[in-house]
Amino acid sequence: MRIVSHPVLQEIEDVKWVEITVDGRKIRAREGESIAAAMLAANIRIARYTSVRSEPRGLFCGIGQCSDCMMIVNGVPNVKTCVTLVADGMVVQTQYGTEGPDYENV
Amino acid sequence: MRTYDADVCIVGSGPAGLGAAIELAKHGLHALVVDSNLSAGGQLIKQTHKFFGPTAHRGGVRGMVIADELYAEALDSGVEVWLDSEVYSVSSEMQERMSIEVLRNARRSNSCDTLPIFRCAIKAKYLVIASGASEKPLMFPGWTLPGVMGAGAVQTVMNVERVLPGERFLIVGSGNVGLILAYQLLQAGAKISCVIDSAPTIGGYAVHAGKVQRAGVPLITRCTIVKALGDNQVKGGQIARLDENCQIIESSVETVDVDTICIAVGLKPYARLASLAGCKFGYFPQLGGWVPLHNDRMMTTVENVYVAGDVAGVEEAAIAEDEGRLAGLDIVLKLRPDDVCVRSRIHEVQARLWESRRGPFSSDKHQAKKEIIGHWHGNVAT
Repeated sequence: MRIVSHPVLQEIEDVKWVEITVDGRKIRAREGESIAAAMLAANIRIARYTSVRSEPRGLFCGIGQCSDCMMIVNGVPNVKTCVTLVADGMVVQTQYGTEGPDYENV
Repeated sequence: MRTYDADVCIVGSGPAGLGAAIELAKHGLHALVVDSNLSAGGQLIKQTHKFFGPTAHRGGVRGMVIADELYAEALDSGVEVWLDSEVYSVSSEMQERMSIEVLRNARRSNSCDTLPIFRCAIKAKYLVIASGASEKPLMFPGWTLPGVMGAGAVQTVMNVERVLPGERFLIVGSGNVGLILAYQLLQAGAKISCVIDSAPTIGGYAVHAGKVQRAGVPLITRCTIVKALGDNQVKGGQIARLDENCQIIESSVETVDVDTICIAVGLKPYARLASLAGCKFGYFPQLGGWVPLHNDRMMTTVENVYVAGDVAGVEEAAIAEDEGRLAGLDIVLKLRPDDVCVRSRIHEVQARLWESRRGPFSSDKHQAKKEIIGHWHGNVAT
């Protein structure tokens, strides 16, 4: 649920809306927000399933320290969705198991 | 790999890192702050409540406003700030300078083609580690289910992203973080089942507890979480009372109708980089656990490597800022040993720091800090 009015914070800013796809489902997202926030606003809580026991994981630390919210974003696995901002047309998929990006070749 | 020069590299743009950088820049040094986050201010950016303390210590000001003020002051003073820049290595190949390796744009490169990810190195004589803290987890059956979150995570999505991550909440931990989170959740329109704590008394300040209780939220002490319910995500929670020996009273187990469980059982120093730099540590539960040993001007057991803020022991934001300032000033003094103004500023900040740990909630931290300084002398001398 989005928090539109708040006793301390100002009214929610009127920003551009974009559209992202999560496992084939199109959801609206506010420009400048994280993928995880857009998903929670759409009531989607599962980011990935672990490799050994296939247990579900979702947002846990919210600041990029743990790895629970990692998903496949535009084909790239292990993207921390809590610290990755949405972009129009972004394709996000639930991740099953692990697949590491090769930082050595960056 | 591209390299950049700076007099001092500061890791972390929270109150400690910005405090250090401001002092350095105001004395004409090139202070380069790197932070893996997309915005400056560390965890202050999600603190919507007014802080306690005297006006000189920013009492009465909301945390998120302090973040803006400090960042503006840093930029005005000439501090250079790199955001979305994650430090992954530190080494001292050369005698006089450290090499701090940074991965830049790691976060934005996923959503923006024009910001490619790349690595670079900062060469600096001094390093200030102000990397803050991380939340302590609490393990119980179901604790990994989506819907079990750190209190900080809930604050971030709620106060920064403006999204409520659930409708009905259970909060585990009645320290100030748990109590403030409860109040902020109410402000955002959420329902709270209760705040529980295994201790016999409420952990946080009475003023925070009072606000939550007046709003009708039960604060239950000697109570623990038994498990999180649900197959794929949280559909409820089980809580139970504890006896004098901290054992669950089986007849008291009850189910609470919640969809989100917040863990607010404390913070620990986020000190990986200090470990990588070879700093010696000591275990101080009053300050969150393993803490890099440091002297009374925040230098670790490694020459020219400093720590400041929660990474040097979890305390308050105002203390973090002053610890940062102290680290910055000590570096200035090393470069200008005859500067009497800097010397007197150091004494002033030190006095303020000890003064702010005088309250009944801080006496154990005061003692731990004294011990850390003692251990530092023991380690450096031998």
